Formats: sequence, C-alpha cells, structure tokens
Amino acid sequence: METKELKIQYTAKDFKSDQYVRWCPGCGDYAVLSSLQKVMADVGVPPHETAIISGIGCSSRLSYYMSSYGFHTIHGRGAAIATGVKVANPKLSVWQITGDGDCLAIGGNHFIHSVRRNIDINVLLFNNQIYGLTKGQYSPTTQKGYVTKSSPFGTVERPFRPAELTIGARGTFFGRLLDVDLKNAQMTMTAAANHKGTSIVECLVNCVIFNDGAHSWLSEKEFRADRTIVLEHGKRMIFGKDQNKGLVLDGFNLKVVTIGENGVTEDDILIHDATSEDTTLQMKLALMQGPEMPIALGVIRDVADETYDEAVTKQIEEVQAKAKIKTFDDLIDSCEQWEM
Amino acid sequence: MEKTKTTELDNVVIRFSGDSGDGMQLTGTLFSNLSAILGNEISTFPDFPSEIRAPQGTLGGVSGFQVHLGSSKIYTPGDDADVLVVMNPAALKVNAKAIKKGGVIIFDADAFVKSGFEKAGFKTENPFEELGVSDTIQLIPAPLSTMTQESLKDFGFENKTVLRSKNMFSLGLVCWLFNRPIDHAIHFLENKFGKKPDLLHANVKVLTDGYNYGNNLHLAINTYFVEKSHDTPKGKYTSISGNKATAWGLIAASKKAGLELFLGSYPITPATDIMQELSLRKDLGVKVVQAEDEIAGITSALGAAFAGRLAATNTSGPGLALKSEAIGLAVMSELPIVIVDVMRGGPSTGLPTKTEQTDLLQALYGRNGESPAVVMAAGTPDDCFHYAFMASKIALEHMTPVILLTDAFIGNGTSLWKLPKLADLPEINPNYSKPGMEGINVTSRDEKTKVRYWSIPGVEGFGHRNGGLEKDYNTGSISTDPINHQKMVDTREAKIQNISNVLPDVKLEGDKDADLLVIGWGGTHGHLMSAVNTINKKGQKVALAHFNYINPLPKNAVKLIQGFKKVVVCELNSGQFATYLRSKVPGVEFLQYNKVQGQPFTATELEEHFATLLK
Repeated sequence: METKELKIQYTAKDFKSDQYVRWCPGCGDYAVLSSLQKVMADVGVPPHETAIISGIGCSSRLSYYMSSYGFHTIHGRGAAIATGVKVANPKLSVWQITGDGDCLAIGGNHFIHSVRRNIDINVLLFNNQIYGLTKGQYSPTTQKGYVTKSSPFGTVERPFRPAELTIGARGTFFGRLLDVDLKNAQMTMTAAANHKGTSIVECLVNCVIFNDGAHSWLSEKEFRADRTIVLEHGKRMIFGKDQNKGLVLDGFNLKVVTIGENGVTEDDILIHDATSEDTTLQMKLALMQGPEMPIALGVIRDVADETYDEAVTKQIEEVQAKAKIKTFDDLIDSCEQWEM
Repeated sequence: MEKTKTTELDNVVIRFSGDSGDGMQLTGTLFSNLSAILGNEISTFPDFPSEIRAPQGTLGGVSGFQVHLGSSKIYTPGDDADVLVVMNPAALKVNAKAIKKGGVIIFDADAFVKSGFEKAGFKTENPFEELGVSDTIQLIPAPLSTMTQESLKDFGFENKTVLRSKNMFSLGLVCWLFNRPIDHAIHFLENKFGKKPDLLHANVKVLTDGYNYGNNLHLAINTYFVEKSHDTPKGKYTSISGNKATAWGLIAASKKAGLELFLGSYPITPATDIMQELSLRKDLGVKVVQAEDEIAGITSALGAAFAGRLAATNTSGPGLALKSEAIGLAVMSELPIVIVDVMRGGPSTGLPTKTEQTDLLQALYGRNGESPAVVMAAGTPDDCFHYAFMASKIALEHMTPVILLTDAFIGNGTSLWKLPKLADLPEINPNYSKPGMEGINVTSRDEKTKVRYWSIPGVEGFGHRNGGLEKDYNTGSISTDPINHQKMVDTREAKIQNISNVLPDVKLEGDKDADLLVIGWGGTHGHLMSAVNTINKKGQKVALAHFNYINPLPKNAVKLIQGFKKVVVCELNSGQFATYLRSKVPGVEFLQYNKVQGQPFTATELEEHFATLLK
C-alpha cells in the first residue's frame, strides 16, 4: 500500500455498501452513519484500506453498511479485535463502532485498556443510554432512577460518564457529538480520524423506541444553541442563540456569563485548549451538566503522544537493526547444540 | 581404604530436590545437557510448587527436577530415581517414595539438623529410619553449606551469595558419581555467567571442589556410567522444552507461510513460557500483545487473523474456557487461528503447576452452537515443534481455528530435539483470493475442500463484511434462512472433516499382532510407549495407537481400532477420549485406564495394568 501520487477524491457513496440499513425509522444512528461516510470520503483513506470493527448492539450493525473491510464481532470485544487489526497492520485506518452497553458494560475492560495503550483507532461510542437490541434494559450510562424493563422501579445504579472514564484511562482524545448536529458531528469525526492514538467520540444518539428523547433537552432546535457549547481549539468558549454567552473560571469552577453584562467583555471568556496535557479544565468542560451549564460538544481533548502500534513497530525495528538472528535458521544455529 | 566400583547402566534416573530457591532447576538442566553432549538420550521433567518462595525448608517449598539418561532410546523422564539429591529434610520427605531400592541419596548434612527436621515435620532426628529407607538406600552425606563456604572463603562474598552456589557443589558430586568430566558444565557456566566473571569464577570453583570431594571420599559407593546412545539418529541436537518448541514451531510456520506472526496472550501457568519466548523474538519480527485478559488475548489475535497474519494465542484450561466465545467467532468467520492449551489440573484454578489431560472435551465441544474446530495434541516436548507448525499450516490452509493441546508435563519437560532447517519443512499455501477473481465474497469457497477464500484488508476489490452472524452461502450477506443455516452448518463441518484427507495415518507401534491395543493421545506417549515396549520384551503382545490428530481423526483410525479384540484407552482424565471414540468407532468395547492426580503416568503402573488385562 504505497502512498499514491494521485489522491482520489472519494464521495460518501464510495463508502456505502449494498446492504439495506435496518435501524428503526427515526433512529439517531442514521445521522451518524451518513456523517461517517461523508467524513471518510473527505479524509480520503480508500475504502479497502479502512477496517470497521464492531461488537454487538444496534450501533454495531454499522459495519454491514460500509463498503470497506468490516468485522461484526462479539459482544464487548470490538476494542480488543480492533487492537489486533491495527497492530497487525498499522497502515489500515481502523474504526471501532460500539454502544454504551457493548463498550462500557461487557467491553469495559477492553475499552479502558485500548485507551490506556493509545492504540491508533477511532472509536464511535453510540450512547443512547439504553440497551436497544435486547429491547429496553438499562445500560451503564442510564440516568439513576430511570425506569426501564429491567428497572421497573427505577435504576439504583450510578451511571458512567464516558469522558471521565476516557480521561481516567489516560485518553489522548475525547470528542462529543449530537446525532442531529451534522456540522459538529463531521467536524468532530474528522478530528478523530486525524488524531494519532485512540480517539473516543461519544455520539449522543436518540433511541426512538426504548429511550425516546433521552437527549431532547439539548437536541431540540429552539434550545440547542443555549444548552450546548461547541468547543473548538484556540477559540473562545462562546455559545448561545445570540452568541453572547461564555464560560469563565470562578475559583476552581466554570461559570456561565453573559457578554455585555456586569462588565464582562469577550476578552474575559476562556479560550479552549484541547492540546493541554493537563486534563483539569478539559474534564470540567466534559462533565458540564444542565440546566445551569451547557453540554460540551466538539473536540474536548486532543493531545499528541506515541501510539501503541507505532511503539510496537519501532521496538521491533530497533531490535532487528542490532540483532544477530535474522532468520529462522539463525535462531536454530543460536542454540546450544551437539552432534549425536 | 575401600575401592570405588563403577557400574555400567543402560539408563538412570536422577532427581534433584530442594527449596524452590536452591537452584535445582539449573543444576538439573546443566547435568542433563552435559550428559546429552556426551552422547546420552535425555528426558527431563521439572516439578515446581505453585508458591514462588514458600517458607524455607517446608514441604510446600520443595522444587524438583528429574533427569533420565539412557544409552538407548528413552521415552520418559523415568518413574523412580536411582539417585536422589536432597538439599534439606523436607525434600527428602517429599521424594522418599520416589526412590528405587538400592538407590543413592546425596544430602546436605548441614541442613539435616533439628530445626530442619522440625520444619519438615519429622518426629525423630533420624529421618531415614523414620521413612524406612535407611536399610535399602546408600547414603552420601555431604556438608554442602560448610564445604561451599570453605570453597569460597577468599572471594569476599556475603554469606547469602556464597550459599547460592551450593547447588554447584552438588552438581560436582553428581558428575563424580556418574564419571562425567566437568568441562562441559564449566562451558555452560561460562555462557550463563560470562558477563559476571566473579560469579563465574566462584561457581566453577565450587563445582570443581564438589567433584574432587567425591573423588576423595573413598566410600564404598558404586559410581555409574551410562554409555553413549547408538539408537539416536545422527545429526545435530539440542535439548528443548515443549513450550519453547511450541513457540518456535509457530515462528517456523510464519516464516514458511511468509506471514508475520502475531500472538495475543495473557499470563497463565503453565503456558506463559510460550508468550515469553515469542516476546524475545522481535529479531524475527514476532508481534506479541500481552492483553488485558484471556478474551482480549484471543480476540486481538483474531483481529490480526482478519488483517491477514498468522495469529495465535496460548493459554491453559481456565483461559480456554474464557476464550470459548471467540473460538466460536473464529469458526463462524472462518478465520485461521492457533489456540495452544497447555493443560493443567482442573476444574477452576485447580492444580496450576500440575499436568492433566482434562481439557479434551472442552476443546472439542466447549462452545455454543454447532461449532467444529480442529483439535490436535503434541506427544513429547520436542514434537511440540512439529505440531505447532502443523496446527498453523492447517489453520492457514483450511481457514479454521485449530486447538493444539499440550500439557504441563511436556510443556515444562525437555527432550532431545534434532535441529530442523526451514527449507526442509513443508510448504504452507493459504487459499487467498487472487487478483482477477470475480465476485468473491466472504463465503466464497473452494467447492471441493469447502475452504473459503481469504481476502486481506488493504487489497482493493475484495472488501467484505465478516462477522459472527450466519451468512448466506452464496452472497455472504447475513441470513436467517432455515435451509441456508443447515447448509452452512453442514459446510463448516464438512470443511473440518475434509482435513482428514491430508492427515497422516495413526501409527501402530509395538506388536502389530497384539492381544491388547493400547490407545493414548497427547503427552502420555512416552509412558505408554515405554510400558508397551517392556511388556513386549517380556513376550506378551501389546500394540500402541497414539493419537496426535483428534478432530478430525486420521482416516485409518476406525478400521485400525476395530481390528483388535481388546482395547484400552489410557488418559490423564476420567475417560474423555474414550467417550469421544465411543461416538466415532462403532462395535468396539473401550476399556479405560484413567488417572487424575496432577501427575503423569508411571511406566510401572501401566505395565502392571496391561499385565492384568492380558491375563
């Protein structure tokens, strides 16, 4: 797979498979799929050099809908399988498609370890806060108290916050998108594709059947601008319908202010630094909750570090450069031996 | 002054035993290697406790290493020892039953004191009498600690460092007892301590002093001599453990197939050595991922298989259980992967350092759905190389998971290994989809062998979606069609059974015209062969059919077994292979000989049992 002199301009269609998409009408996954196909075309890695690895769940069906190489595997193990694919062939662009159950319940161990290793894969974590394919049980991200088929009296569990888990596992990339916000979705996925290392993109998607409206507080068009903030590296943290709200530090905490009120000017508003090694402010941004604070979307953390697949390859090259054993027969010759 | 006599033996068994920190494994390895250099057949078996360092001098901390030397073909590390070297009373107590009448015990007289007797739970201060061995055994007391201290008094080492060399004193003594020149031992020490001249010098000094000590004992003790073996085919040899041989077999296959080797693994006794050996082989481009758990071990390997590499994972019983679902995915996605199970005592955590053959049915059937996989087993430490190579070849050429069963006994044990050359090994030709092929999808296959075409990500024109859902036979798309499912189930099974066309026949060893057919599989080959040979020498007629290929069975297996009136299946479990054979070979009454004690068979118990069956 030498780099081609002439880069082909792909379109989203080049990444669509011939399979009929079988998600429920109105499912948030459709929007993520079409954004992904668009992003892949723009990023320009050919479909045959792209591998889509998924686990089990509604979202994991996505691999069938892409024309690239795909592997729809078993529940929870997508991260480990993607790790094997990427280490085996670092030239491939590897994407892992997973959901809140697949990734954070049964696959929790593989998730934190792939993040810790910083293997160069792009993870789309579809978070609808419910088990859809098994028809409506609570997931590790379901809000406490929520009534589902397996929690008829409300869950008594404290949910995971994927950003906290990612940063806790020493993640180098965390982004968040909302199914209905196509512009930010594509922007965030593109950044994830370009990031070297494990890119976690939490996709807030709506399950119309079992958890309809889980994200409606932010997704409804008339409120979205006031209830979300799209973070961009190097830009001021300004949001709102009138683009007059911003974030400032108040002691150790973030606070929403209005530009033009109480002497606040644009210069007072914080500038987003996604590349900061220090996770403190990024964590605060990622964990903001309504109604007082907007929900952060976009690229929250994007830090450069050596990837696992690079390190594995590099170590082999270093050893090989100095090694006396170059072939299998050399290995045989190297052992203590005698004539009989 | 009494004269020392030398007795010539055809074969001899020596067991070194002490605290797990006493260096018995090194002593035993050095002694077996130098004997091999002098032309003996060798077979060794280490026996360590599960605790890394149990309290010194206690029964739980005893670690042993047994060496069997022969002037003709030997098959096992031997049953009872001719010579036992014990570093403390606990080691004596643990091994007292494993020494032959008339044998020799060399013991560290410095450790045979009151405190040592108490730690080992002796009630008196004469442990030999207490164990009832004082009349039948020749004792060679040697104050190993004092003599080692004396030997190294000018070196200026701390006492702790000094005492670490006392195993070399015992090695020197054993070299004397077996009339072995110590030059080769010195050569091995040079390789081991080459970078630490002080330690090298010290160990060589203690070794030499130990040898001279024996020479000057002037005891009425028989020394032994084991003649060179003339049964061994000429060639270059080394001594290799089953785990190392397994690792090297995988490497050889990857080179032969022209594919990078990828191992996904998680540490587990007694299989970890395979991962460690492969981690060393970055020089040969081996990629090893030490995964977060057993499941990630196999699934990362499956990812590598999907990406077009030779993928392997290694484990032991509990780990195989965790890998079941992923093996099912390998069956369904028809990807090549080698799963090595170094079996240990079970169920659950069981006996982690001990040997058993109790994972056979798990390997054959331990998955959901109709899920056929190739199951095979290595028979000796050295043939782990061959079977790891063949497991890889079959996986790659037939697009299937292959489970290779070895066990703690052959994994940790060593035997002589004739060094191979890559050029002499069989070719490996996977069924790749090739440029120009039209309409290849994920289920397109060779209609004769049922092997699907392997399309590798990165190659244009063969993009596909693989996975664990049932696929349409023709289009490769997911399908729940009832007739199609039946067809796919039948196809996957036919693909595995077709492999029998390329397998060698199971051999009939021993007397072809036998009154009793002994059947075994895997790591028990040495003991079974040994027992069968002994019985045949005594004039009775016994044959051995030992299986290395279990699913599918070799083509001649059914007829061969049906040709005998009396058949006994011997295995280190409660009858798993016998159960399997009953389902495959009609019209035969399968007798069983089973043992589930975490220990290998002894040739003696097998001989006795066969003799009873022949009455």
